Amino acid sequence: MEKFDVIVIGGGPGGYVAAIRASQLGLKTAVVEKEHLGGICLNWGCIPTKALLKSAELLQKIKHAEEFGIFTEKSGFDIKRIVNRSRNISAKLVGGIKGLLKKNKVTVFEGSAKIISSKSVVVEGKDQKISLEAKNIIIATGARPRILEGFEPDGKNVWTYREALMPESVPKSMIVVGSGAIGIEFASFYNALGVEVTVLEAAPQILPMEDEEISAIAKKSFESKGIKFYTGIKLESKTINNKKVKVEFLHNGAKKSLDAEVLLMAVGITANTENLGLENTKVKLDRGHITTNGVCQTAEGNIYAIGDVAGAPWLAHKASHEGIIAVEHIAGKKPHELNKLNIPGCTYSTPQIASVGMTEKSALAAGYKLKIGRFPFYANGKALILGDTEGVIKTIFDVRTGELLGAHMIGSDVTELIHGYVINKSMEGTELDFIEAILPHPTLSEMLHESVLQAYDKPIHI
Amino acid sequence: MPIKILMPALSPTMTEGNLAKWVKKEGEKISAGEVIAEVETDKATMEVEAVDEGIIAKILIPEGTEGVEINSLIAVLVEEDEQDADLDAFIAKFSTSQKPVEKIVEEKTEEPDKMKPASISAPTSTSVQGVSTNKRIFASPLAKRIAALEGISLSNIMGSGPHGRIIKNDVLSAAKNSKGTIRRDNEEYRLVSNNNMRKVIAKRLLESKLTVPHFYLSIECVMDSVLNARAQINSSFNSDKDKRLSVNDFIILACAKALKEVPTANASWTDSAIKLYNNVDISVAVAIEGGLITPIIKNADQKDIVKISTEMKDLAKRARENALAPEEFQGGGFSISNLGMYGIKSFSAIVNPPQGCIMAVGMSSKRPVVIDDKIEIRTIMDVTLSCDHRVVDGAVGAEFLAAFKKYIEAPILMFV
Repeated sequence: MEKFDVIVIGGGPGGYVAAIRASQLGLKTAVVEKEHLGGICLNWGCIPTKALLKSAELLQKIKHAEEFGIFTEKSGFDIKRIVNRSRNISAKLVGGIKGLLKKNKVTVFEGSAKIISSKSVVVEGKDQKISLEAKNIIIATGARPRILEGFEPDGKNVWTYREALMPESVPKSMIVVGSGAIGIEFASFYNALGVEVTVLEAAPQILPMEDEEISAIAKKSFESKGIKFYTGIKLESKTINNKKVKVEFLHNGAKKSLDAEVLLMAVGITANTENLGLENTKVKLDRGHITTNGVCQTAEGNIYAIGDVAGAPWLAHKASHEGIIAVEHIAGKKPHELNKLNIPGCTYSTPQIASVGMTEKSALAAGYKLKIGRFPFYANGKALILGDTEGVIKTIFDVRTGELLGAHMIGSDVTELIHGYVINKSMEGTELDFIEAILPHPTLSEMLHESVLQAYDKPIHI
Repeated sequence: MPIKILMPALSPTMTEGNLAKWVKKEGEKISAGEVIAEVETDKATMEVEAVDEGIIAKILIPEGTEGVEINSLIAVLVEEDEQDADLDAFIAKFSTSQKPVEKIVEEKTEEPDKMKPASISAPTSTSVQGVSTNKRIFASPLAKRIAALEGISLSNIMGSGPHGRIIKNDVLSAAKNSKGTIRRDNEEYRLVSNNNMRKVIAKRLLESKLTVPHFYLSIECVMDSVLNARAQINSSFNSDKDKRLSVNDFIILACAKALKEVPTANASWTDSAIKLYNNVDISVAVAIEGGLITPIIKNADQKDIVKISTEMKDLAKRARENALAPEEFQGGGFSISNLGMYGIKSFSAIVNPPQGCIMAVGMSSKRPVVIDDKIEIRTIMDVTLSCDHRVVDGAVGAEFLAAFKKYIEAPILMFV
């Protein structure tokens, strides 16, 4: 029976990163992957969605090409080619992961893993069962779309992101249930392709995790592009007839119904904890996900859980860092801390949305006295050059210590810009670090500096 | 494992030397046999060779330090790839047996044997470090701010951030832990040099207490009439706020009139005769920064209250500016000291030699008094006269106080 220092169950952004790091630290490591390396992120999530969105973004830019003094004969798109491009990128990256794991001498087992005891794992492959011994196990099995009773996906009219990523054809109309990052990204994508999109959201604001102000700006922007929203809704039922889906729901107490060709469900995720053999261990669950401590250990000391299976936020970069933390802990090192307030969240719609830290509401609720800075894209030179003048960079500071409590932005490329604030928070900077940093001109990044100036009552360009 | 570089003994009799020069710097790689420093003794300058090889992680004794004891830790070597974070603990462990090597500026360190524990958790005074002089403290900007806001010294905190950096949580924990613990200052005291004024006050008043036979007489004065008079006169000044009279101005005038009536209280002792002053010059104590001084109102009995008030204001102002001429505060026949504005009810002052008396005035306050067998409320001020018994007897002192009381309780009499 092969013995490993670490067996990683799941080869997604949590699992493969953990495996590579474990190898770097000299631990004999195996990854068990039942579908494809790269997990949801590379194959059915982050990567393909952003590839689709890039095509949509380009389509929209081309529609405005004349503004830039450029003529295009005819603009159009081929959905199959858009999808293929995203599949090719995924495939390339998956190949890359295979290469990295090989380079780092990580053994990859194809099959489903089942934990027999805290020290042994059985891999059920296509034709064989292999028993493995492990000093430590890292569970990185991820999550799958949450399914609401009565709204189960059927692959035809009721979709989840899987179908949405590989549409055979572009529907004429679509209802998206859920306005988190996934729902909004698909709404934005399909809207760019000319689909009539309506988004239904149970919470009082779209993008419920984002700062209220940003969410309101986003809604206005999406509405101006033709996307319709209903917030504060309660789903009732759906019926399918004649290739159309009719959705009935309550909105402000009144009954409403809408129909569309496709119903896309994007109402959250459910952790993949079933059939893992957790009942053979001391691992505990809480509301569906595995509970862990500050170094990703489960209730069973040598079993760790990382990524989506271990809880929010359900982000690839969070999974990767948890992978590193778990492995460094296994190797007896002092891992860096995962501070949830320093994890950025990004939505790659047009306009993009990005944020890190506390919202204005939560900072006030926590008792902080705030200094808030806002800098609009329309006042930035580069934004005008890019032709992307909608958006704002909002910064929230603790009056007493100058700590950047939160940064929230909407506009072109904010998913890249957010890193400036993330680094400052990670290093525990203060407002002075931004005020004194010399950012290049003309760039969008200057707005990071200007928003802080505005927070401290000395803006130059607004 | 870090390697210690110790101060070498260059001769059998050497006990200490000067670390004249570092030939290799922090961060430089050295091999066995290479010269790393130059050490001076009273006999010669010698080169110090490295025994091990590695990278100089930290130089603990800067160039030019004199009196470095042999075998003290002067630098630490690490092998390549070692982490710095271990260094501090390593140094701390080694140096608990060390005498601190100090470049002292302050006078109080006549106690070079006072060993400061070099372990990081004990409070260290910021001026004298253990073994590592001028150690830079690594802390995140936010941690530094919070430490400043909470009044916490960063030098006492162990950092848990990258490369041992002090981060916000470290400071907040330190703040929480320090509440309720007693922080003793390792420096028992600090010295403030005696200026001239302090020396003079000390000399004269010690002399007074040692040589002057003091006795003390106390009375109470009903101040209501004075307060009324003051209010009336002050309201007539309306816009001219600078002219406003204080209660003390009335006290000075009342004293002056009383001294005119009882001249034996305006006197000094000499062995052969008692000096009875022909002028009524009243010294009035004024508190200034670091001490007090007694400017004089000359011929106070002949001046009207407004003049006394104006002069007093000017003298007090210049007293605080150290701008008094010697004749303005040297001399006088009688002193008044008023601590009423400090809330003092009553006190006994020390006679200012060669004067015979000093009158101590307390705060005026509303008190219940018995008048015609009934309890009434009056504003009462306590006055205590300290007298030199050689020149002023009880009866004289009492007579003076009775006269003073007469004037201060019926101020209209001062204007007759």
